[in-house]
Amino acid sequence: MAAPFGGRGALYMTKEELIQPENRIYGKPALMNDTPMHYCPGCSHGVVHKLVAEVIEEMGIEEDTIAICPVGCAVFAYRYLDIDWIEASHGRAPACASSVKRLWPKKLVFTYQGDGDMACIGTGEAIHAMNRGENIAMIFINNAIYGMTGGQMAPTTLMGMKTATCPYGRQADLHGYPLHITDIAVNLEGTCYVTRQAVNTVANIRKTKKAIRQAFENSLNHKGCSVVEVVSTCASGWKKTPEQANQWMTENMFPYYPLGDLKNTNE
Amino acid sequence: MDEQKKDYVLLKGNEVIAKAAIRYGYDGFFGYPITPQSEVLETLAVDKPWETTGMVVLQAESEVASINMLYGAGATGKLAFTSSSSPGIALMQEGISYMAACELPGVIVSVGRGGPGLGTIQPGQADYNQAVYGGGNGDYNLIVLAPNSVQEMADCMGKAKELTFKWRVPVMILSDGVIGQMMEKVELPPFTPRRTEEEIHQQCPWATNGMGLKGRKYNYHSSLEFDPLVMEDRNHKMAEKYRKIEAEEVDYDTYKADDAEYLIVAYGISSRVSMKTVDTLREQGVKVGMLRPKTLWPFPNRILNEKAENLKCILCVEQSEGQMIKDVRLAVEGQVPVYHTGRSGGMISSPADVVDAFKAMARENISKNWPKGYWIK
Ligand SMILES: Cc1ncc(C[n+]2csc(CCOP(=O)(O)OP(=O)(O)O)c2C)c(N)n1
Ligand code: SF4
Ligand SMILES: [Mg+2]
Repeated sequence: MAAPFGGRGALYMTKEELIQPENRIYGKPALMNDTPMHYCPGCSHGVVHKLVAEVIEEMGIEEDTIAICPVGCAVFAYRYLDIDWIEASHGRAPACASSVKRLWPKKLVFTYQGDGDMACIGTGEAIHAMNRGENIAMIFINNAIYGMTGGQMAPTTLMGMKTATCPYGRQADLHGYPLHITDIAVNLEGTCYVTRQAVNTVANIRKTKKAIRQAFENSLNHKGCSVVEVVSTCASGWKKTPEQANQWMTENMFPYYPLGDLKNTNE
Repeated sequence: MDEQKKDYVLLKGNEVIAKAAIRYGYDGFFGYPITPQSEVLETLAVDKPWETTGMVVLQAESEVASINMLYGAGATGKLAFTSSSSPGIALMQEGISYMAACELPGVIVSVGRGGPGLGTIQPGQADYNQAVYGGGNGDYNLIVLAPNSVQEMADCMGKAKELTFKWRVPVMILSDGVIGQMMEKVELPPFTPRRTEEEIHQQCPWATNGMGLKGRKYNYHSSLEFDPLVMEDRNHKMAEKYRKIEAEEVDYDTYKADDAEYLIVAYGISSRVSMKTVDTLREQGVKVGMLRPKTLWPFPNRILNEKAENLKCILCVEQSEGQMIKDVRLAVEGQVPVYHTGRSGGMISSPADVVDAFKAMARENISKNWPKGYWIK
């Protein structure tokens, strides 16, 4: 193939000529529509959305999927993926998903929640859905902060980490300790698969995708409740560039929230 | 139907809610125990409808969870209900507002007790405001049905099913601890099968259950709208629907009210008490009747307004410090004075209490000799 660019940036091929099926090495999953996403640059939400779309597409279960989105930055998830969505009130997605799965037992039912949603206001609903062994998948975006409301302290905020509501850093005497809801999930008899992943590198993105697929299969096969935590960046909330955010996550979040499978009863 | 073949049983109001739900083909129940309605879930647990009709029954971890389970069920086009009592209904308000906002079907049974706070576990009617004016945020209404017998508990489950899908508005059945706990003879409805998934698919094209996704745009239910103009438009459309419901769905009953000079307005247990009062006073030659709203929203405004023309005054009987009385006053637009009687905190007026209150009201009304039009000012 002729080089598309000549000297000094002169364009030899038009965009249309360039974008040919045989030249494509990367595509957007068909379930992801063209609605411009509201997520900030470098935000993990967008990557996880893409993985969810890819997995559903690959499994061919578009018509057998009911998704529950949260209140948090992912509140508009329903605008981006061409599947049926229910937007639950803050923290209540697991309750909503519980009834939906029981009433539609053959469907994949999953929640998509942030850390404020799942580990703070909705702790009760999350733990009880897990503990009942609801056959749902829970995708848990842990960015250690309230992204949507402008960067306030979350239950998962690290010790010493600065946010709008702990501007001098999280302190145990004032704010208590980070809540490890995923570790709690491991000890609940109703969970079958609990894993902690990230989407900061290509290798990790692949692992997260595998984890999501496993969780979705568990829902379809009535294996129990699956929790896929994705340790995530919130560049805006953390007041960092996307690159700095990835680095900060690697240096500070991973030691505290180590990646890997925490429980898998299928194995 | 042949009288002999009818399904007559002697049951508590709460038990009948459960049995009627199974027979009307409800798809699910999600609730949390609270006195005086716990028999709803207990009856379902004994009857095990999941083995017969396929109805799902789940004891939730809280009323917050229950109402959000109802929200999920309604969103997917299923017919589900929850039941609770005063403090539990208070916890549900956010979810109720979300259901109303997304225009989802669902039935909420409220078996009132004395309040406020934890209150008492004795029966009460202090949740009229909670049911009719809601504690949830935003411009919304619920359809509120008010049964006054065990039979009507059963009937309301059928009516609620019809109305909630017809209008896509959550329906609340506002009962009280007396109706919930007392036993009466009741004719149970015949079994109606639950709708098949294909029927739901046909009847609820708005449902978020994935069915037919490839042939349509995706469905979603969300109450969030960042653009205030779009939000306002949504509210306008809902308001239009509410005006239609007000025009079409008002339901009430009258008792000896045709020639009445005095009217008692009462719902639920108070209407049962007041019927006795009316009988007693009629025996004494007083031209008194009763009007009983069977829908608290929409409220029977027009009939009350028309009746008021020929009335001396109205006595509103409620087992609370007076909540529905405001709606009665609004309905009669000042044509006649409206008084309240009733006990609260879990106490119930006896028919004799209401007779006394009626006589005191009539005396005061005569002694004041309100000039014509006084109440309009
Ligand atoms: C009942 C209620 N309380 C508070 C809020 C405001 N609120 C919206 S999103 C949010 C926090 C979301 O944080 P998280 O779940 O971590 O999601 P993120 O935006 O970080 O992805 C809060 C407090 C709300 N919408 N509803
Ligand atoms: S605020 Fe944070 S979580 Fe929200 S979109 Fe931006 S980067 Fe993502
Ligand atoms: Mg967060």
